[in-house]
Amino acid sequence: MNFTENMKVTFNKVADHILGSLKSGEAANVNLHAEESLFVRFNGNKVRQNTHVEQRHLSLLLQHEGKTANITFSITGDVTEDIKRADHWLAQARKECDLLPEDPFQVPLKNNGVSDSTFKGKLLNDEEVIAAITKPAVGTDLAGLYCAGPLISANKNSSGQSHWFATENFFMDYSLYLGEKAVKSIYAGTTWNQTDFEANLAQSKNQLRLMDRPKITLKPGAYRAYLAPGAVAEISSMFSWGALGCNSYKTGASAFQKLVNKEKSLSPKLNLIENYSMGLTHRFNSLGELAPEKMELVTGGELKNLLTSTRSAKEYGLEGNAADNYEAPRALEILPGTLKKEDILKELGTGLYLSNLHYINWSDRLNARITGMTRYACFWVENGEIIAPIADLRFDESLYDCLGANLEAITDFQEVDPMVSTYESRSFGGKKIPGMLIRDFKFTL
Amino acid sequence: MLDLQRTLKTLRNDADWVSLRYVTEKTTLRSVRDEKPDRNNITFDQGVMVEVLVQGHFGFAGTSDLTESGIKRAFAKATAMAKSAAAFRVHEFSADHRPVAQGTYRSPVVKPLDAFSAKEISDIFIEATRAMKTSDKIVSRSATTMITETQFYTISSSGSEVDQSFSIVSTDFSATAAEGSETQTRSDSGGLARCLQVGAEIFDRNTILERCQKISSEAVELLSAENCPDEKMDLLLAPDQMTLQVHESIGHPLEYDRILGDERNYAGWSFVKPNDFGNLKYGSNLMNVTFDPTITDAMASYAFDDTGLKATKEFLIKDGVLLRGLGGLESQARLGLPGVANSRSSSWNRAAIDRMANINLEPGNSKLEDMIASVERGVFMLANKSWSIDDYRNKFQFGCEYAKLIENGKLTKTLKNPNYRGTTVQFWNNLKAVSNVRETYGSPFCGKGEPNQVIRVGHTTPYCLFKDVEVFGA
Repeated sequence: MNFTENMKVTFNKVADHILGSLKSGEAANVNLHAEESLFVRFNGNKVRQNTHVEQRHLSLLLQHEGKTANITFSITGDVTEDIKRADHWLAQARKECDLLPEDPFQVPLKNNGVSDSTFKGKLLNDEEVIAAITKPAVGTDLAGLYCAGPLISANKNSSGQSHWFATENFFMDYSLYLGEKAVKSIYAGTTWNQTDFEANLAQSKNQLRLMDRPKITLKPGAYRAYLAPGAVAEISSMFSWGALGCNSYKTGASAFQKLVNKEKSLSPKLNLIENYSMGLTHRFNSLGELAPEKMELVTGGELKNLLTSTRSAKEYGLEGNAADNYEAPRALEILPGTLKKEDILKELGTGLYLSNLHYINWSDRLNARITGMTRYACFWVENGEIIAPIADLRFDESLYDCLGANLEAITDFQEVDPMVSTYESRSFGGKKIPGMLIRDFKFTL
Repeated sequence: MLDLQRTLKTLRNDADWVSLRYVTEKTTLRSVRDEKPDRNNITFDQGVMVEVLVQGHFGFAGTSDLTESGIKRAFAKATAMAKSAAAFRVHEFSADHRPVAQGTYRSPVVKPLDAFSAKEISDIFIEATRAMKTSDKIVSRSATTMITETQFYTISSSGSEVDQSFSIVSTDFSATAAEGSETQTRSDSGGLARCLQVGAEIFDRNTILERCQKISSEAVELLSAENCPDEKMDLLLAPDQMTLQVHESIGHPLEYDRILGDERNYAGWSFVKPNDFGNLKYGSNLMNVTFDPTITDAMASYAFDDTGLKATKEFLIKDGVLLRGLGGLESQARLGLPGVANSRSSSWNRAAIDRMANINLEPGNSKLEDMIASVERGVFMLANKSWSIDDYRNKFQFGCEYAKLIENGKLTKTLKNPNYRGTTVQFWNNLKAVSNVRETYGSPFCGKGEPNQVIRVGHTTPYCLFKDVEVFGA
């Protein structure tokens, strides 16, 4: 049995054992996160570190007499050993429930159905990876991370619900450097195609050649700017950080408080949706609830829906929409507009072409103001022609301005920005994002 | 019980050197919001990292399968991958880069963590959120703790045996006030910045309630405060903001793996060049910065790093001159520069990389009241709430929760939405006074690396006064 097949057997047996061990009045929800990953870190088109990781975690949510305990523990993949561990942690969860106060916003567990999806990929053999990447990149200064392997999320609960989602995927998140100047790209998917990777690399090499001119240092000020999909993806990551969640709004922490309250609006051109039909992640959340396949978040610049978990819905007397506990988008899409790729430089005229942004944070959350830096392939453009790369600039800009009245156009194409986060474990998902033309984008340093 | 020593002896192959790092970590997160339980999560993680040296290259394989066959499988993976990568390695390493280390480390704990039950924490935190209800304008109150008990046990084929156990408690108390369309939040020195290697003695009810009442009153006070002015002036920073300033503009740029370019595809690299060590005037003569994993109770104190290098206190910057950077043995070999014992991994599933650990600013001679008295016009800022700095750790912009205007040597009006920005070397060269008292803070969440790793860092810093800083309000 391969890793995925083994985990399916183990999860079903161990989860069923836990659910079958419940006493009268107890309810439980069990989640699995498991991965077998190869990570190869490159610097200077050489290998800095290579690490293989097998890990498996079960999360147990136990409810008893209005109290809730959550315990996550490592498992081994061996059913006998893992049942022992499950028994130990179930006993600990019972102790927690005895000690904790009642949880007034506890969500009763329901049967949200059954799903079972396994997607088999075609990945490089571990031993092939390094040559496949470094050989076509000979002569370049390449730095980055290759990551690949099976990734699993599964859920069962005591009401009979059962979900299984497994995939085999990879990403090569890399940059090419010319001294301090760089371009960035990601090649990701479920089937490694050497020709496609080499084409991706060739495109990056071509882009890097554009940077072989002296950098221009611009003064702070407001500039007309084209934000390529990679730059817009960075900005849209702020929607996940206390902007579109119901709980953050209700506790006064939402950056879109004024949008929700209709004191402010965004551009009528802006449409944000959650779109699980993109297939980048599974629809079930950690309670096994199924999010709507598509849901409007911002339509025509007005807020349509906040992401609302069932727990928040219970607390605030609202309808939930199967958001996960952290109430951030999991399958964000910004809908395209009308600006054609071939017209971007002409429409930009004179200003900045920004491929990527970096290290964004709220500088004034109440007014949805963000600060951050330009990064990688960013150019000064005059009369529709790229003149030179720029020295990095710091921006400080309100989303109500740059995604509001100053948003002039959205491209008619989108790019997928795959999730490449590997903190503690690999993440699912990604976003689908267009480019944007913005006037008076404010740079400060 | 896993017998690692016996398992190590069974690992035979063409590896020149082998180590096993067994990590167990229990993290308990408890939070109360508005007197009601919010999150009560326990995470127990355990696994083994097998590390091999083959043909001058280190290979790594981590597994949560702790059977002997599971570890052997990981060993085979690490060996095979090291072999296939050896011809493409960045540097030829040897067993000298994994010194023989033997010893133990234990966090200084007065009262064991298991002496304090879930109920006791819940009860104190319910009281704490109640104590924050100082006004009808307070709309949200939360109390959170993250308690971590970690053991790193490492053995190697060359005879190393290091057993290090850490007891870590981070706390966060926060009150949000609102009136009309204005919202202000005040926390207890910034999100989870109060984090130490301690025991349950940290949960002192009276101290917690006192701090909660103070921050709640300050959140309400901020609602009617003036916005921070936009001008260039003196800036006095409290230790709970200096923590972030030191972390971002000293710690990260001095990490050797950033200077070497390992990190540039992710978090970036550094404005510091190898020939800057011994030469660069990083800051004013008042600036003395140390790497110190030996300081009592700070977040990133330890006896050995994860390659077995013994941890010692070292000056990084003395009298404003850059002397030494933050790199473990592998980076030292690649750069040809002396470094420190800072090769650290977040857990069993990641390889060690250069991390900053405890980076401290040494105290000066000034009394805080004299520093304030010396300012004709300036701003005193406390508690970080926003941070952003560029790839090279040069152009930064930071925001704080709370500020006071300083006029003619006295603290006067409260200011809301205080921010400041600048460039690293110019800013530190404008350091004009350092207090004789220090406080210790840190972060449980310093992110870095490919694959990503979150690690704990500590910062002990005085109050610092800087001249000619661009401050502004939101």
